[in-house]
Amino acid sequence: MKYVALVYYQESLINAMSEQAWHDLNQECVAGVERLSAHGHYLAGQALQPVDTATTVRKRNGETLIADGPFAETKEQLAGFYLLDAHDLNEALQLAGRIPPARFGTIEVRPVRELPPRDNPGPTYY
Amino acid sequence: MHNQPLIDQLYRQQSRRVLATLIRLLGDFDLAEDAMQEAFVAAVQQWPTEGMPDDPAVWLIRVGQRRCIDQIRRRRTSRHYAHLVMPEEAFEWAAFEWQDPSIEDDQLRLLFICCHPSLAMADRIALTLREMGGLTTEQVSSALLQKPATLAQRIVRAKRKIRDAGIPYEVPDATALPERLPGVLWVIYLIFNEGYSRSDGESVVDVSLAAEAIRLAEALARLLPSGEAFGLLALMLLYDARREARQDAEGELIPLEEQDRNRWDRARIRDGLAWLERALALSPTGPYTLQASIAAVHAQAPSAEATDWARIVVLYEALYRQQPSPIIALNRAVAVAMRDSPAAGLSLLDALASHKQIVNYHLFHAARADLLRRAGDYTAAR
Repeated sequence: MKYVALVYYQESLINAMSEQAWHDLNQECVAGVERLSAHGHYLAGQALQPVDTATTVRKRNGETLIADGPFAETKEQLAGFYLLDAHDLNEALQLAGRIPPARFGTIEVRPVRELPPRDNPGPTYY
Repeated sequence: MHNQPLIDQLYRQQSRRVLATLIRLLGDFDLAEDAMQEAFVAAVQQWPTEGMPDDPAVWLIRVGQRRCIDQIRRRRTSRHYAHLVMPEEAFEWAAFEWQDPSIEDDQLRLLFICCHPSLAMADRIALTLREMGGLTTEQVSSALLQKPATLAQRIVRAKRKIRDAGIPYEVPDATALPERLPGVLWVIYLIFNEGYSRSDGESVVDVSLAAEAIRLAEALARLLPSGEAFGLLALMLLYDARREARQDAEGELIPLEEQDRNRWDRARIRDGLAWLERALALSPTGPYTLQASIAAVHAQAPSAEATDWARIVVLYEALYRQQPSPIIALNRAVAVAMRDSPAAGLSLLDALASHKQIVNYHLFHAARADLLRRAGDYTAAR
């Protein structure tokens, strides 16, 4: 099954880190991705820029509404995501538990929902 | 030959094992439940004329499995079961072999999936009572004082999450087991407490929930022998032994020291002590075993005064090292008061008073008032 692991942490904790600690954390994440890939669990993933770079878009009554900031103000902010291939939830939780920010943030693990196949477009009339 | 009482008995004894194995074979709770019901219906129809099979549980599993094929065919159009629809040849299920270890494992699998930490606690309790305990939705809802509709919703929600989130039907492997076992023990203990500490209604103790929790712990102790499973079982048996003495005719709770110890259930105490002995033989000694050890000191004391309070203080200190909670510190202070003097207990209590959590805890004030009274300070006790 495919699972997304959403990585949340308080950006204030990161901001308070020394250069060296931040460097080490990143290296640890890189090594983690290599290990996940080597075992065939890693499908995709990305770290994100801080939440103050976020912009939200909504479409209401045909009008596009653009606003600064994230969708919701939360204590911990979304910092990145992994798309994992795991046999079941227990394996996914085990993998997620080894994502370095699990130590000071929170990893939310969700199974993906496959969209249904495209509807048959039916006969085309000219 | 009239087999109905036999079949009823078999249902009580075997339905959980039959269900647990059918869930593994069919990979779906609802299909397995329907299949099991159909198998018992078939048994009621066939056994009186054809006789009881040699191994009724195997017969029930095989018939249930076969009936399920029809179930799947009937539900083929249903989106929920789409993942179970497979080519015809896949219906040739592998002949089911009766192997005790795998059946036992199925029981454990069922318990671990019902108690999975990714389910809400209330859902774990409901699911455990329903699937593992074999209670009906109505029985579970009345035991938990929840509306049957709410309870039914919980069960549906929990089963949906098991399916959609991919919660596996497995006993965690040796590396994950130490992390997962305490969660299972906790669910069982909460079920016990739900029945034990209930203070509404006619009786303080709902016999069925406490008995249900003890049954679950007995099953766990048998299936997965571990110190803390033994310790939890011992603890619940020793608490449950006091059931008849815990309340007066009006249903008011009687404190331990005022209970009529002649009304304690000696057979329960013997069972509890035997399990405690098995728990203490295994190390490390965990929190349930320590609590059971404390309950055992009380169970063996002829009166509150003649209790080995020195031992109880030591046990609470050991417990506090594992679980440094103000509640345990409170109990330790009371034990110190009993061992030494009310004044010694009071000074420990005063040191605790800075904890926000403890000051909101009604037993803190009750304990403090009691010690003040014993110390002779009647003004402050009010």
